[in-house]
Amino acid sequence: MEFLNTFINGLSVGGVYAMIALGYTMVYGIAKMLNFAHGDIIMVGAYMIVLFLPINPIVAIIAAIVLCALLGIFIEKIAYKPLRGASPLAVLITAIGVSYLLQSLAQAIAGPTTYHPNPLEKLFPKFMGEPTYGIIKIGAFQIKLSTLITLICVALVMIGLTLFVKKTKIGRAMVAVSEDKGAAQLMGINVNNIIMITFAIGSSLAALASVLTTFESASVETTMGSLPGIKAFTAAVIGGIGSIPGAMIGGIILGLVECFAQAFPRIAPYTVAIEFSLLIIVLLVKPTGILGKKRREKV
Amino acid sequence: MTFVKRYLSLAIIGTFTVIMAIMGFVGLPFSTVELLEKIAIAIILAVSLNMVVGFLGELSLGHAGFMCVGAYVGGKVAVLLSQSLGGTHIVTVILALVLGGSVAAGCGFIVGLPALRLRGDYLAIVTLAFGEIVKNIFENVQFFGGQTGLRSPQFIGKNRFIVFIIGFVLVLLTLFVIQNVVRSKHGRAITAIRDNEIAAKSMGINVTKYKLMGFVISAVFAGLAGALYSFTQSNIQAQTFDYNYSIEILVIVVLGGMTINGSIISAVLITFLNIFLQKNLGGSFAIAKDIIYAVVLILLVIYRNAPALKSFREKYNFQALWRKIFKRKHNPAKVKDDAARWDVVPTKIEMNEVLSTDVVIDKTGDNSADVGERGGNK
Amino acid sequence: MASTEKKANTINPQKTSKKHKREDIVSEYVLETRNLGITFGGLKAVQDVNLKIKKNQIYGLIGPNGAGKTTVFNLLTGVYQPTTGAFYLNGKDLTGLRQDKINHKGIARTFQNIRLFNNMTVVRNVMVGLQNQPEYKCSLFESIFLLPRHFKVEKKMRARAKEILKIFGLEDERNNFACNLPYGKQRKLEIARALATNPKLLLLDEPAAGMNPNETEDLVNTIKYIRDNFDMTILLIEHDMKFVSGLCDEITVLNFGTVLTEGNTKEALNNPDVIKAYIGG
Repeated sequence: MEFLNTFINGLSVGGVYAMIALGYTMVYGIAKMLNFAHGDIIMVGAYMIVLFLPINPIVAIIAAIVLCALLGIFIEKIAYKPLRGASPLAVLITAIGVSYLLQSLAQAIAGPTTYHPNPLEKLFPKFMGEPTYGIIKIGAFQIKLSTLITLICVALVMIGLTLFVKKTKIGRAMVAVSEDKGAAQLMGINVNNIIMITFAIGSSLAALASVLTTFESASVETTMGSLPGIKAFTAAVIGGIGSIPGAMIGGIILGLVECFAQAFPRIAPYTVAIEFSLLIIVLLVKPTGILGKKRREKV
Repeated sequence: MTFVKRYLSLAIIGTFTVIMAIMGFVGLPFSTVELLEKIAIAIILAVSLNMVVGFLGELSLGHAGFMCVGAYVGGKVAVLLSQSLGGTHIVTVILALVLGGSVAAGCGFIVGLPALRLRGDYLAIVTLAFGEIVKNIFENVQFFGGQTGLRSPQFIGKNRFIVFIIGFVLVLLTLFVIQNVVRSKHGRAITAIRDNEIAAKSMGINVTKYKLMGFVISAVFAGLAGALYSFTQSNIQAQTFDYNYSIEILVIVVLGGMTINGSIISAVLITFLNIFLQKNLGGSFAIAKDIIYAVVLILLVIYRNAPALKSFREKYNFQALWRKIFKRKHNPAKVKDDAARWDVVPTKIEMNEVLSTDVVIDKTGDNSADVGERGGNK
Repeated sequence: MASTEKKANTINPQKTSKKHKREDIVSEYVLETRNLGITFGGLKAVQDVNLKIKKNQIYGLIGPNGAGKTTVFNLLTGVYQPTTGAFYLNGKDLTGLRQDKINHKGIARTFQNIRLFNNMTVVRNVMVGLQNQPEYKCSLFESIFLLPRHFKVEKKMRARAKEILKIFGLEDERNNFACNLPYGKQRKLEIARALATNPKLLLLDEPAAGMNPNETEDLVNTIKYIRDNFDMTILLIEHDMKFVSGLCDEITVLNFGTVLTEGNTKEALNNPDVIKAYIGG
């Protein structure tokens, strides 16, 4: 039973990573850049929840997602678009700058206070309180409501995003832009719009991830996005960056490894080392990640 | 003449060190000594990272990891030796530096190994992972003090100024070694690999050897900087060496234009401004400093790199101003023998992964026969 | 067309099933290949190529687009490992060696799409070529601590690089960046750089591509000069038939990865099969 609970926990933690990793992978695949500020979008989303929660939990969730999507578009237009076609290193440094900026702005506006907003408590005040504390029990098996919601959300997002990329016109245009920007433009695809949509989707997924973490009563502070951001990036690379199912697989593997490592007191302190070693091992065995494709340079 | 020019930076820093040493005997305020130590560390870190980023053309996001290794190993050696020899004993200092540097070198070798197999952007995440692994291990190993950090023998009181003298001697050593490597045939091989790996191989250059050489040299000096850092602190915390620190160093290097001299200048300026503003701005201004720093960073990178601003840049820049003042003739094709346009140096982050929804494992990807082969869709 | 090309890019050459055991042979030829071939995931890109190139010969390798000419070059320089066959330089078996080792043994090449060290000056490009010769040996230690040998070697290398550049009329450009050179000069610099590695066999991949008639004429003379003064054997790929017939003593014609015909240049070019392969039908 302990095993099953850890497993389900791992799935839910991994699901959140996967959701953030999807943002990394899509931005990487289409705009060809490492969006270091992606983790900080999570932080902004969490602060939006803090801001709008007193009004209404549903409003807070929607506001977080929409505002983060807009923020993503705004950042892309201001900071990344002028650098399209410049060296990837320049774009990377700009992304780092944006990350600093978001963190220091949050620091300036919100101050050093740590918040613990939980929309779930507001939505289901009775169920989250005594005597259940938000835990669903079926015999010996028990699952937290927040975990259940996370799992459902993650599954829906995965299926939805895959269908979106495969079936819709915009999704196919995304793949085309990712393959060859110039050719896609010649085929009448508006590359600017596609990149904008990519950022909007990526950022709203990051916001959704922050909503799910607040369900677990995470601490909301200015640096809360850094570690999940880095870990999600690791997950995207493990799965094979650019690959949507790869991001899911990578996220879930990482989540499982994290939860199982933390289940053993002896190795729990070394969780981070284990996770990152896993990344290095995967890359050494398969240099482009699990589902990554190898491309060869023509000599 | 070229010889003088080549070692100009060394001469300037050497003179500066001598002056400061003399002033140190007279007595410098503690804050100045602290500032000088920090500047020395920043210069060593930036110049050594530039070896990998600027000359080898690989992106490293884990430079603080090497520093962490150097700090813990050097610090521990100093702790152990100071019990018998005393903290400021020359043997203590030298052994701590040597051991810190060599263990970091070993780590550089290990991190360099994946570089033979991985493309630049993947290597970047491996270096990042390395930094986090090192940090995580050191903060949990009891031998190195565990969560409470490593207590190191601090060079306190009157003797503190010796540390910055050691620091600037290390800066001189770093500059001397890295400049000489870069300007030798070995450095040429390293830059050739950066410019075109396939052509470098066909010219008979042993890519494995030179890539590892680049990583090891870079790591040695990061390790030395770490050991130096351990001398300045009473307590070493692994948390200090997180990836944000690595990124700070990378920003210094990139803003310095990925040249040795540029790295020095930007290391001095950024460290100085950081500490100066931290001291002199209180409360909300301190946050304003961070915001301004971020905005300036973004604007600066956009200004220097945006394709749309190219003609503007060519018209209004330092060189143009220089020529205007001194009435020099401009010949864009002709440049000095030792110069290079580092600002256009390609760092090998290729970014050509394509969005896909396939759930098929690409079996051809695990071909070990083409170690070091770089991807690309040319 | 585009999709097949992409496929060839993404699929790696299969590893040689059993490791090739290197055995030297006695050969009167500078380069001899025996049944050289490579398979890319089932596609036989090149098969059964038997080249025999005599000393001081200028040998042509021609064929329509996609015939596998550059693949042969890639096999001969170790970029790809052959799946079948072997190749010998002066009787020494070089099959399966690493790219840099093959260069040390004496094969140097240029590339179809120019691959210079763009952020280095012209003279340094050539100096990189000189790296591995025994007379310019200088350890890392000697370089770091500026021992006398470092200066001696640097001076010697620079002088030698200047000499080589002079042959190609590039000595005035020596302090320019390689990427600032005009196209024709970049091609020449690539040859100069390859020559600096002191090879026994020089592989030129479309050296005259994109040159005007004057430049081509100049190049013909330079290649002949290299052969005579450097005691060089040259294998080249070219589409310009006038260039080939003016320069090459013998040629091999490839089509679909196999040898169509080989031998005397005039005869081979007049072979009806060759004309058919080029014109189609």
